[in-house]
Amino acid sequence: MRQGEIVKVSGTVVFGRGIPDIEVGEVVEIGEDRLIGEVIRVFEEDFAAQVYEPTSGLRVGDPVFGTGKKLVAELGPGLLMNIFDGIGRPLEDLIKLSGPFISRGIKAYMLPRDIKWEFKPTVEAGIEVGPGDIVGEVKETEYLVHKIMIPPNMSGVLKEIYEGEFKIEEPIGVVEVNGEEKNLYMYHEWPVKIARPVQPGGRLPLTTPLITGQRVIDVLFPVAKGGAACIPGGFGTGKTVTLHQLAKWSDTDVVVYIGCGERGNEMAEVLTEFPELQDPRSGRPLMERTVLIANTSNMPVSAREASVYIGITIAEYYRDMGYDVSLMADSTSRWAEAIREISGRLGEMPVERGFPAYLPDKIAEFYERAGRVKVLGRPERIGSVTVVGAVSPPGGDFNEPVTTHTLRFTGVFWALDADLAYSRHFPSIHWLKSYSLYAEAIIGGYVEKAVENNPRLKDVWPNVKEEYPSYRVEAMNILTNASEVESIAKIIGEKALPDDQRLLLLTNELIKEGLLRQNAFDPVDSYSEPERSILILKAIIDFHRLAEKLVRENVPIDRIIESPIVSRIKRAKLDERKFDAIVDLLNEIREALSSIAEEYRVSISF
Amino acid sequence: MGIPVKISDLYGKIYRGIREIRGSLVVLDPIPGVVFDEIIRIRAPDGIDRLGRVIEVSRDYVIAQVFGDESGLQHDSIVKFTGSTFEIPVSPDVVGRMFNGRFEPIDGLPKISSKDTRDINGFPINPRAREYPNDFIQTGISAIDGMLSLVRGQKLPIFSESGLPHNRVAAQIARQATILGEEESFALVFAAMGLKHDEASYFISQFRESGAIDRSVVILNLADDPAIERLITPRIALTIAEYLAFELDYHVLAILTDMTNYCEALREISAAREEVPGRGGYPGYMYSDLATIYERAGIVRGKKGSLTQMPILTMPGGDKRHPIPDLTGYITEGQIILSKDLHSRGIYPPINVLPSLSRLMRSGIGPGKTRDDHKELSDQLYDAYSRGVKARDLARIVGEMGLSDRERLFLKFADLFERRFINQGEYENRTIEETLDIGWEVLSVLPPEELTRVRESTIEKYYYKAKAAYEGIQK
Repeated sequence: MRQGEIVKVSGTVVFGRGIPDIEVGEVVEIGEDRLIGEVIRVFEEDFAAQVYEPTSGLRVGDPVFGTGKKLVAELGPGLLMNIFDGIGRPLEDLIKLSGPFISRGIKAYMLPRDIKWEFKPTVEAGIEVGPGDIVGEVKETEYLVHKIMIPPNMSGVLKEIYEGEFKIEEPIGVVEVNGEEKNLYMYHEWPVKIARPVQPGGRLPLTTPLITGQRVIDVLFPVAKGGAACIPGGFGTGKTVTLHQLAKWSDTDVVVYIGCGERGNEMAEVLTEFPELQDPRSGRPLMERTVLIANTSNMPVSAREASVYIGITIAEYYRDMGYDVSLMADSTSRWAEAIREISGRLGEMPVERGFPAYLPDKIAEFYERAGRVKVLGRPERIGSVTVVGAVSPPGGDFNEPVTTHTLRFTGVFWALDADLAYSRHFPSIHWLKSYSLYAEAIIGGYVEKAVENNPRLKDVWPNVKEEYPSYRVEAMNILTNASEVESIAKIIGEKALPDDQRLLLLTNELIKEGLLRQNAFDPVDSYSEPERSILILKAIIDFHRLAEKLVRENVPIDRIIESPIVSRIKRAKLDERKFDAIVDLLNEIREALSSIAEEYRVSISF
Repeated sequence: MGIPVKISDLYGKIYRGIREIRGSLVVLDPIPGVVFDEIIRIRAPDGIDRLGRVIEVSRDYVIAQVFGDESGLQHDSIVKFTGSTFEIPVSPDVVGRMFNGRFEPIDGLPKISSKDTRDINGFPINPRAREYPNDFIQTGISAIDGMLSLVRGQKLPIFSESGLPHNRVAAQIARQATILGEEESFALVFAAMGLKHDEASYFISQFRESGAIDRSVVILNLADDPAIERLITPRIALTIAEYLAFELDYHVLAILTDMTNYCEALREISAAREEVPGRGGYPGYMYSDLATIYERAGIVRGKKGSLTQMPILTMPGGDKRHPIPDLTGYITEGQIILSKDLHSRGIYPPINVLPSLSRLMRSGIGPGKTRDDHKELSDQLYDAYSRGVKARDLARIVGEMGLSDRERLFLKFADLFERRFINQGEYENRTIEETLDIGWEVLSVLPPEELTRVRESTIEKYYYKAKAAYEGIQK
């Protein structure tokens, strides 16, 4: 190992000297405790490294060792159900080594060395193998079969392949690479800052919806598998709860959840809750498909950047097996702030609120690692990584660099609103400020999925596929128009409005209460199946269309407002009979409104 | 003011000469072996000993930050390097004691002497070693217990403004906080940063009155104490609090006030170092710095004790978006916001529940903990109150007569909610049952079909009884 020495310590950045061939991105070990750092700048004589552990106690003249390696992630069985710190050390191991508080200079392997995995080859020896080829399988959890692939930088002839129980450091086969025999293992290392390669031209259009079970997302602002979404919001607007909901209910095979510079108790919550919650599709504990990365706000700042890259690398790795993966990063602002802090310590010129000029590049690089792709290797397969990044804008003001740059590189914007949060309307995704660029391409897929889940949807709503898009647009229009009416009502009072406008406000309220507001902690409401969400939308819009006819025939709006059907529509989502309850609701709406029609002797066609 | 010590008390490496004095920062010659973050003592010719901390080391210079008064420092000063980071001795004797912001006793009793020392910066709790907090703390204050329940191991700050009774609220919480079904009361760790003398003596007399003083540790940096010292005061307090909670099994409630003064000291240092300022001139790393304070709350697996934090801060200009409350809110598990408007209308405690929040409430309430209706009731109260406040805003423009009947009903509810539910006596200690019953009582002015956030079965169970009782009172 090459050795140099410290010439300067400034907070989390250490300057060293004496290793002429050191390169940017190289991992260094610093001081007698061998703290882990990464070289971020190389100057004429000196180099600067960001240190992933507290630097107190270092002195000028202490040794710096160049490891010759980049910051890597170990990729293989043992990632799922695990929780790592920002540089990939399993937190459970750190407890064993240093107790409940994390001290310095502890080393731990990312993957467990002592577990024996049952490896089943899927190919036979003698064949040519190349990057990404699947050679065997390991049942990593009851939920997921881990495909063992040839690493992206290896190709040759598979000379031998074994079957049986192996630890990850035991070879499972031999590959002859350019005449040289190399052992094949169940794991390999990958430098986290480099995107894992896919087939040339392998990026596919985004056409499948990510079903989240959250109505405001699935119905109004859906995200595609392989897409990227940005969820900014001030504190207390429910970013974390929304991300937790996505981690729980998204219909992906693997979830990578990164707690980056956030609260320790939130990670404790995930760790307490996920093992007990069941995946609605497989019935297995959610933890079995989850990888957690926790670099909480009081842990070293520079490790925030590493945590984000380690997370996305793990996500790409499972994508390469042909799985759909979703990644939640809470919060990317903390990562950006870490970049700002390091940049400040390097004395770089700030451009915008102290952030360096290369901030947008870093953000773009990260979100561009999302995508739906044809992955390397045989058999041919498609995998996706969907990225959802939370942003914590200072003062809740979206007009700040991290939010604005993130919006440039993501396709969905879920704007969390403080006023909605104060009235406990969650998820507080604001319907007028948010958008989804994927919606047009994927709502068809959403309806298909709903019909597939529950074919009865087609009986209740035969033209659902054709009509659903127009219902969705109508809901958006009502919300938009109602907001204008609301601002007038704020000046003259609701009572002074004409009846058709008051109906608009009523339907607006029904959409908000009955459809958009969703209680993450209610067992019935927490996850809304596509067929149920679609039918709730139909119920409300049908109600509106019918009521509109009544109002046009001069039925007083107050008569409609005081009808018990209004509160039925608001509550239907909480009914334990789920889909069936909404089917009944559709009939109740007809009955209620036709009896009002009769009362006023008007005839309206249903 | 520093405390004079004899030169013979100094041990370790001693150097003479300061290159440059920039406010509270001093630049020293590069001295071999200086440790980043180590504590130094500086003795100027005036004979006063000052504490300092090394914040940058390099081949060409050493920069240290001086806690205490910099006037009197000159080139010809003596600097002593201790070789260790800031550590304090800990022992069970700290309980019942009072110290200044540098951990020197101010109660006339001797210094804590113990070989057992702790770095005041502590180490981060491994998130895997945390236990998720879920024990409800009854504070006896309806606005908090009913709407913003506090749980053991939480960090819940009070956001206030100058002139509001945050000290009285905090003292009431300290006095009344109990865990349901447990006899044991909290040990208090009280850290004052830049507090006025009268405020500090108010707290101390409150602790004396309630007898809490015997199980409390008080660390005081007062308004006329050196500002820079405020950077270490909360860390000393939390080091003691962690020691009490995780080694001596106490349930600790730590009150840190006023965090605004702390942040200003942070800004001062940052400006002296000529760092790129962030919003409001506060350094860009203020979030991370505050996190190293606030995240020192919680429960650790396998330990009996717990550490609950209640920081208090005054929002400059009453602005919740000011960097200090803003960054605090991003780290803490909710916030209790006091309102000038409620205060001026004579409501005590003037807690505006709408922007307030307790993130851990959900885990601490419900059947077996408080009552089965708690969650739904509080959701419903929030909903109805926010509608009532909206109606009140509208009434200011169009007049009450311009409101619809429904809006008028919610307005009536909002008034009752503030007067009956939020408002209570400073020495009134309501049980959670009482709080929830009052909640139903005020809700009973609304017709049951408006209560869409409560299940029908819950309405059956609580609403009609409360309505009958309320109408009985009215008659």
